[in-house]
Amino acid sequence: MKTVINKWKLPAVMLGPFLILIFLFFFVPVILTGILAFTNMDSAMNWEFNRLLNFEKLFSDPDISLILRNTLLYVLFTLCINVFFGLTLALLTTYFMKKEQFSLLFRTIWMLPRMTPPVIYALLWIWFFDPSEYGLLNGIRSLFGLPPVNIIGTEPMLIIILANGVIGASFGMIIFSSAIKSIPEDLFYAANIDGAPHWSIIKDIIMPAIRWPFMFVTLWQLLSLLTSYEYILLITNGGPLNESEVLALYSYHKAFQSFEFGYGAAISLVLVVIALVCTLILWKLFKVKDMIGPSRID
Amino acid sequence: MKVELQNITKSFDKKTNTIDNMNLTIEDGEFVALLGPSGCGKTTTMLMIAGIYKPNEGAIYFDGEKVNDLEPKDREIGMVFQSYALYPHMTVLNNIAFPLKQQKVPKKERLERAKEAAEMVQLGHLLNRKPSELSGGQQQRVALARAIVKRPKLLLLDEPMSNLDASLRIEMRAEISRLQKKLGITTILITHDQEEAMTLADRIALMKDGRIVQFDTPMNLYNEPDNVYVAKFIGTPPMNLVEGKIMYNKLQIDKQTYPMDKSRFHLEHGKEVILGMRPYDIQLGWTEEIRFLGKIELLESIGHSKIIHANVFGKRLQLFAKQDFQAEIGAEVRFSVQPAAIHLFDKKTGKSLRKAAPYGDEMFVKDAALQ
Ligand SMILES: Nc1ncnc2c1ncn2[C@@H]1O[C@H](COP(=O)(O)OP(=O)(O)OP(=O)(O)O)[C@@H](O)[C@H]1O
Ligand SMILES: [Mg+2]
Repeated sequence: MKTVINKWKLPAVMLGPFLILIFLFFFVPVILTGILAFTNMDSAMNWEFNRLLNFEKLFSDPDISLILRNTLLYVLFTLCINVFFGLTLALLTTYFMKKEQFSLLFRTIWMLPRMTPPVIYALLWIWFFDPSEYGLLNGIRSLFGLPPVNIIGTEPMLIIILANGVIGASFGMIIFSSAIKSIPEDLFYAANIDGAPHWSIIKDIIMPAIRWPFMFVTLWQLLSLLTSYEYILLITNGGPLNESEVLALYSYHKAFQSFEFGYGAAISLVLVVIALVCTLILWKLFKVKDMIGPSRID
Repeated sequence: MKVELQNITKSFDKKTNTIDNMNLTIEDGEFVALLGPSGCGKTTTMLMIAGIYKPNEGAIYFDGEKVNDLEPKDREIGMVFQSYALYPHMTVLNNIAFPLKQQKVPKKERLERAKEAAEMVQLGHLLNRKPSELSGGQQQRVALARAIVKRPKLLLLDEPMSNLDASLRIEMRAEISRLQKKLGITTILITHDQEEAMTLADRIALMKDGRIVQFDTPMNLYNEPDNVYVAKFIGTPPMNLVEGKIMYNKLQIDKQTYPMDKSRFHLEHGKEVILGMRPYDIQLGWTEEIRFLGKIELLESIGHSKIIHANVFGKRLQLFAKQDFQAEIGAEVRFSVQPAAIHLFDKKTGKSLRKAAPYGDEMFVKDAALQ
């Protein structure tokens, strides 16, 4: 018995503080959200349990179908851009462009938006698509004698998908690039000699080698897209008329604009459940793939 | 397929030439070994022949046709890489069938031919394994099958046996030799194992620092090395080398003089030379004309015989003795060698002084062998 205690003493001392931190910052918010979701907490901060009232309200909310549709479109298309554009950039900078200086420069350029504050990045998009003739796009259009357009007003979903897609691609690009670079050069030589064209090299050599990073990036981006809304908030603020409102942003709006904390928490809880289900589905996919064939480079 | 390299130069950093003005002609159906120490440019040469690297200067001809700008896939070559380079997620069968798939061979024929190639290297029972589930030797055989499956006109083998144990290596050697004879493919084999090169190749190109030092049959490399570098590289244990000086048709070493065969060597009075004697050519006792008296420094038993390390003129020479040879360390030993069995090299240039040897062009080997 004593030896068991001795064996665990050091790890407990070392890990203890972190476990407390993890508990404080990871679990407590989830539990709090869970509790708040069943209350009617508002700006006055007094609250009572109201059983499933928040959820009843949510599912009978007249905007909810639009918001769910937006969320689905936003996550799906942005995810596609994130992953496939990231993959394209990675292929361009590692497989097609062999000169390391060029590809490094190229990758750095794509990293730039990640390094700039979101407000500035959002501002750029707003400026570019500004409906007045001072917007960059409309300025260009006026050079050709075309009338100004208000794309943010008419196609808000398109704009927020593009804005998030472009900035999110750098994450996949970095991960995929390093995975591609770890493939032994001889494999490419062998494929060249065997007469494999580019698409076959990508399909038969690169893709199997980066399958795990690919899955990881997909899952990671999916989760962050479900829960993040800062660029939407900054560019369209969900408008016009909820046309680009997504679930995460709706939760924010309800909690911090209408001060319906309880309702906002209920929306968040639904989001958590959706995220969990998505993770489980992807996880299952991973496992199945794993059984079909392990990918290994050696 | 006849392969010709003309004045090939390759540089990676624009400062030094990894391959320096290389000329090499390989006849149709010939088995040639590229032999040389690590880093001398063997793989680089092969990758240029494969079309993966482009030479900075010079031309490569296949059957008289210039192929400098021909894509690797159009060169009708098969290659086994130093690292095998098997496609890790494909089964053995799919690995072997991959080149055929790229040639759009119909699926049925493709799989048949792949199986046939697998049988040829005795892999028929492992077709559904992944490369990571195979031993090193099996992986190498998969690589070999993949290289021959499309019936290439030129087979390039980059140290295909480097990672095998001794017995498997001998087995693979026989297999490669048999395959090459059976298929009659022009083959280039890279190795830094001279025994491998000697047993397999019709001709060996011995390389050093990006150049070919001598390109000849194994026997000629052994019996008539063109310079001291070849002499030292070929043969185990290596040739004994002793410095001396020509004095009127005779060789002087440390005040001793030895008769030299004027009909065999260019003998120039006063020239500094290197005398070379293979350990196998040295006889115990003063039975031959060129005689030495040495002190035994070390006696090594290698099973079927013993190697005597004897000190003569402050140099350590090696010679063979019978298995039952007995002697004290420090004892005197007499040995001798026939004039017909010795080699003489110019000390300054490293060139052989043999009369039949190609003479004239500047050699760069110098006293490389004498450190
Ligand atoms: N892609 C490359 N970029 C830069 N330098 C290279 C490249 N490939 C080879 N070299 C250099 O060229 C020289 C010859 O390399 P090479 O691989 O041809 O040697 P090798 O004779 O095959 O040696 P080994 O027996 O160790 O395989 C080495 O000094 C190596 O550092
Ligand atoms: Mg090599």
